[in-house]
Amino acid sequence: MDHFARLGLPAALDLELASLDRAYFALQRQWHPDRFVAKPAAERARASVEAAALNDAYRTLKDPLSRAVYLAELSGVEMPGDGKTIDDPELLMEAMEAREELHDAGSAEAVDALAAKVREDMKASLNGLGSLFLAGDKPAIRKALLRLRYLDKFAEEARARRMNLERSSV
Amino acid sequence: MTLLEIHEPGETPLPHAGEGSPAVGIDLGTTNSVVAIAREGKPAALHDETGKAMVPSVVGYPSSGGVLVGDEARLLMPQEPRNVVASIKRLMGRGAADLHTVAGVLPYEIEPGSGETDMVKLRIAGKARSPVEISAEILKALRKRAEAALDKPVERAVITVPAYFDDAARTATRDAARVAGLEVLRLVNEPTAAALAYGLDKGSEGLYAVYDLGGGTFDFSLLRLEKGVFQVLATGGDTALGGDDFDRAIAERMLAERNKDGLGDQIDEAAVKSALALARHMKEQLSDRDQTSGRLELVGVPSFHALTRAEFDAMIADYVKRTLDIARHVLGDADMAPSEIQGVVLVGGSTRVPLVRAEVAKMIGKAPLTDIDPDEVVALGAALQAEALTGGGDTLLLDVTPLSLGLETMGGIVEKVVPRNTPIPVQLAQDFTTYQDGQTAMAIHVVQGEREMVADCRSLARFELLGIPPMTAGAARIRVSFAVDADGLLTVSAEERTTGVQQRIEVKPSYGLSHDDMADMLYDSLENAEADMTARLLTEAKVEGRRNLLALDAALAKDGALLDAAERAELDQGRARLEAAMAGEDRDEINAAADALETLSKPFAERRMDRGIREALAGKSVNELESRVGE
Repeated sequence: MDHFARLGLPAALDLELASLDRAYFALQRQWHPDRFVAKPAAERARASVEAAALNDAYRTLKDPLSRAVYLAELSGVEMPGDGKTIDDPELLMEAMEAREELHDAGSAEAVDALAAKVREDMKASLNGLGSLFLAGDKPAIRKALLRLRYLDKFAEEARARRMNLERSSV
Repeated sequence: MTLLEIHEPGETPLPHAGEGSPAVGIDLGTTNSVVAIAREGKPAALHDETGKAMVPSVVGYPSSGGVLVGDEARLLMPQEPRNVVASIKRLMGRGAADLHTVAGVLPYEIEPGSGETDMVKLRIAGKARSPVEISAEILKALRKRAEAALDKPVERAVITVPAYFDDAARTATRDAARVAGLEVLRLVNEPTAAALAYGLDKGSEGLYAVYDLGGGTFDFSLLRLEKGVFQVLATGGDTALGGDDFDRAIAERMLAERNKDGLGDQIDEAAVKSALALARHMKEQLSDRDQTSGRLELVGVPSFHALTRAEFDAMIADYVKRTLDIARHVLGDADMAPSEIQGVVLVGGSTRVPLVRAEVAKMIGKAPLTDIDPDEVVALGAALQAEALTGGGDTLLLDVTPLSLGLETMGGIVEKVVPRNTPIPVQLAQDFTTYQDGQTAMAIHVVQGEREMVADCRSLARFELLGIPPMTAGAARIRVSFAVDADGLLTVSAEERTTGVQQRIEVKPSYGLSHDDMADMLYDSLENAEADMTARLLTEAKVEGRRNLLALDAALAKDGALLDAAERAELDQGRARLEAAMAGEDRDEINAAADALETLSKPFAERRMDRGIREALAGKSVNELESRVGE
């Protein structure tokens, strides 16, 4: 069963978070191991497996990027594993330049500005995914998702850099 | 005498005593512990005779034998500092490798573990004791308190742990409960329990933060409350940061002041413990006044120390700042801004410190919620969860993994399999491959932590997947699966997918207990059970003896004239024998003396009864009596 079906939701890029939460909470009420404390071991084990699968589905679908990657894979787009090297020279160049910029950012404000730019960029790219999925353009989907993955990593690095700056400034 | 139990109609006890037995909530704290019970959604802490809910998490092993817990153990501290253990929670699941984080904090002789397990032990009163064993004593005392308060056996509990407790510490906590004869229904994270206590009371919805600064640990968690669902979004903390650090700062200052004044103190355990006790007192005083002072006497030499709130604030500013850094990090993890927080719940005695309250309020921009006693709130939440798990309540707790779980890969780098803040229970897998041609075995090293290098993370377990058929490097597909259950405990299994060769391990943390250790401890607890029983019988004999003496004294005062001098002397002698026996510890002698006294006082009792009857009859006419008899 795929994650969308498990939560009884349509397999779509756009997902209303409120309905995702509703479906998830209702199913967890049914399957969470806390509901099975006094039940026989076999039932407890089943509940644990169901609850774990629900958690996996919820986590994957909640985040727009991981949802898009998951949907792409369901649609037959082959994505490289997380953390693999980037095979797009254009993206590689962009990533290296951005990283240098981050490295040179000496203040929390400068880091914040970079992070804000990346967030905007991610938002726009995510919005653009819809038409690519509609057109079924697999190479373009793959390219866009790889770039989004990189932007996500960059945002994470910016956050770490900001924490370090804050810490050393005291 | 055997009393028959009489029950009102409709109040007969349930036939399934086991199922109906109460499940309690236990906050097993670093400094204090509390046990509570909830009935129909109303939690209450269980108090002792003097109305105290908190049991100091202090265990004493007096040289005279036996075990003391709580205030009694604390009282032993000045006389036998080496035989008293406090803050044992800091060592739960800790191995020798962690000792640098606690060295100097705990003035005990610490023995690194030996053999297959690596858990540290403390040498106390001539015996090596593990943190599990010592914690079990606290749990036993709480269990006894609950049984006394509820008048029922208590065998099931929800126990809280800091959200940031790693797998080793969680396992150690479960083991301690087992030694104490408690079945753990669920380990619940302390902040989650606190939110539960608040949420149910107020019916609140929205994003809440829990700031929990206890004696030895700090946790910060973000939760979303929605229609009876408590969803933990992110959590973080530090297992070695708390109010004990504040005490130490004050104590160190006092010892330095003495040193400056030329009092060349021998700083031994007793000195450190006295200074810490005074420091804690002064810290508490500063919660509602601007300055305080204390008198420290070491080896007969007194010194006086003044401390203002401002000085104290400056001393602890760095610690408080560290908590706020962690809080901001957790907010970042959840992608939330402080302004989105609807309310912040304060938990733990150290949140009484004014600087802490002020700084938290400043960061969140709102006054913190404090209407539930911060010392009891965690136990109250645990009690609610215990009730919910045993059939009451409709709340649902959705918790997360506090720390990332992963595997060691080439070059000592950590590959994360379960990222932190993943909702539990969870089952996640990752594929690995061989790196050498013809490789037939693969070492699996499970680690926990956020750092990139294995050396900076906590090692949880190692095992080997054997029997991989020889293939070229990179051809084997080894799937390693991680399963974390609702208690936050981990099981790891590995499988070679092309052939189905499988290995599975329940992660016994490197610092966990070997089966032998566990057996020893259970055996010890049985041994102590006998000692406990003996002690109780002795107390009962003494109480009974006291009652007899009081009754006799009252009778002698009223009707002593009924005895002649010789009889009276005999009775006094018997009385003296019982009194002497009660001063001792020999239960048989107490019982024998009581029996002898009873025999001696029998004629006296009969004479009193006769006289009583005569008095009752006095003044009545024979006719009256006859007519009555004729009725």
